[in-house]
Amino acid sequence: MSTLLEVSGVSVSFDGFKAINNLSFQIADAELRAVIGPNGAGKTTFMDIITGKTKPDEGRVIYGDKGASLLKMSESKIAQAGVGRKFQRPTVFEDQSVFDNLMMALKKTRGPLAVLFFKPSHEDKDKVADLADQIGLSGALHRKSGELSHGQKQWLEIGMLLAQDPRLLLVDEPAAGMTPAEREHTTDILREAAKTRAVVVVEHDMEFVRRLECKVTVLHEGSVLAEGSLDHVTKNEQVIEVYLGR
Amino acid sequence: MTDAALPRRQPFALRFPSVMIFLAILALFTVGVTILSEGFGIGVISTSFIKTLGKTLCLCLVALAMDLVWGYCGILSLGHMAFFGIGGYAIGMWLMYARTEIIVLESLAAAELPPTAQEVSDGIATQIFGVVGSSEFPPIWAFAHSLPLQLAAVIIVPGLLALVFGWLAFRSRVTGVYLSILTQAMTLALSLHLFQNDSGLRGNNGLSGLQNLPGLDDVPQATVSLWFFWASALALGLGYVLCAWIVSGKFGSVIRAIRDDEARVRFLGYPVEAFKLVIFTLTAVIAGIAGALYYPQAGIVNPAEIAPIASIYLAVWVAIGGRGRLYGAVIGAAFVSLLSTWFTGGQAPDINLGFYTISWVDWWTVLLGLSFVAVTLFAPKGIGGLVDILIDRKSPNRHGADLGPDQGALREQEADK
Repeated sequence: MSTLLEVSGVSVSFDGFKAINNLSFQIADAELRAVIGPNGAGKTTFMDIITGKTKPDEGRVIYGDKGASLLKMSESKIAQAGVGRKFQRPTVFEDQSVFDNLMMALKKTRGPLAVLFFKPSHEDKDKVADLADQIGLSGALHRKSGELSHGQKQWLEIGMLLAQDPRLLLVDEPAAGMTPAEREHTTDILREAAKTRAVVVVEHDMEFVRRLECKVTVLHEGSVLAEGSLDHVTKNEQVIEVYLGR
Repeated sequence: MTDAALPRRQPFALRFPSVMIFLAILALFTVGVTILSEGFGIGVISTSFIKTLGKTLCLCLVALAMDLVWGYCGILSLGHMAFFGIGGYAIGMWLMYARTEIIVLESLAAAELPPTAQEVSDGIATQIFGVVGSSEFPPIWAFAHSLPLQLAAVIIVPGLLALVFGWLAFRSRVTGVYLSILTQAMTLALSLHLFQNDSGLRGNNGLSGLQNLPGLDDVPQATVSLWFFWASALALGLGYVLCAWIVSGKFGSVIRAIRDDEARVRFLGYPVEAFKLVIFTLTAVIAGIAGALYYPQAGIVNPAEIAPIASIYLAVWVAIGGRGRLYGAVIGAAFVSLLSTWFTGGQAPDINLGFYTISWVDWWTVLLGLSFVAVTLFAPKGIGGLVDILIDRKSPNRHGADLGPDQGALREQEADK
């Protein structure tokens, strides 16, 4: 398996506080990875750097087959290159229907003129219907997404990410505020997605991480503390000290 | 449920009945006014009122532009009346030049020798710029002799200004109230510049006599006013269809998304700045066209027309009509501007309280301000919200949360189903 994303020696500080400190991280194509760590470990900042929201003070972020540097690209260019991101709070466009939300996310040319003259083909509509099926919202295609329950919004957002067809999927606390049944469904969706692309899941909930059955990276104070299977890292004494032992 | 699972492609008219209803009402109104007019009908409506109605249609058109940029895209521009004024100036330059040229040629025709081109040009310049103590054409008037070129300027100048201004502002990620202040600064700077006598556009005198079409002195104003009324109605109709088409498709989806949560749209891969720039420029062009139709009916355009307050009024109309719905903008502009004409025209009866007489000419702005506050607090959907009550649309419960984190995002009370 080839490396899809390589983050090396990245540091960033906000007003003197080192949010990320010499962090290095790698993920291959079609890999599922969980990133855990206590509050303030730099998980969200880590995602901000990859998606271009925050520019690091030093370090490199190399992505894709050609080894392009993400640091020189704008947020929208990074997204177009195939990096999708799901936020902690579900952020769907509440004023618009589930169909419109998915159609907007569907992988298409993103320029204003192309969008202005865009007409959805039958294929596009079928794709949207398939996606809605996957995320269990086919009955709600024409409802305003503002009406959906919290869990349904989370799924819709995951559906929008899948519609983007990204090569790298960054998911921030997908299980937050979900019922046990919804969590199970979410696990299935993520594991299914990781068969064809790289998926990074940031999560607090150990039970949820255990069910993902994947390699785990533990962050602490902006750098990697341990990496390996969940059983491996939970036996690591440092990890127990900073995170689990409390 | 199966056939409703995916939207079928229906004709535009069926998918957007409000567009058809609007066009029908506009057509009926135009025909009705024509029948009642002095120029072509039974003479119930005076020519000056025809002009007021025609001007109102132009204000509705610029309100549509404002709704597109603010109501749909979340950019609270408080400078769109600058583009409106520029449109008026662009057409006014030709109207003034061409009419003065005819007058100068007539007076020079009596001379023994046929006048040279230089004499004609000097004569026109003296006539136009005598009032600001100049007798030469400033470079800005280079194309004033040509109607097609000045018509092109109606579109190009506001478009170009908006493009440059928008490019600078949006690429620096200026949003929210800061952008509003910048747009106010733009319109203020422009009006202050035009107030100067050496601005080349006759300073605070502005351009006048625009109601007289060159070479058509024989046509009575009763007729000319209807021509402009029809043209304004046509422009409003076309503008409405264009706006409805833009907001109905995926483009509309994206700009509404930008309004509610700009950062999220960026992470979907859309170049947000480019979309904003397209909308900002397009609406500036629409405003320019509206201005070019408005000022020949008003007869005069001067720098006071593009003072910052004018653009604030525009935002107030859209807010009172209901932002984020096209007919709301039209209703708001028509309702408030006609009401304003009534109150400030001295027609509204003063209220004598014994110890103080409320004279509406002075108190109208206070009333307008209060109703703006009241609408924002108690009826955020504006007058357009009445339509929701009529056809019984209810909003989903969003538990008090706005639709997005951005400052332009719709509030829960504004959103509909």
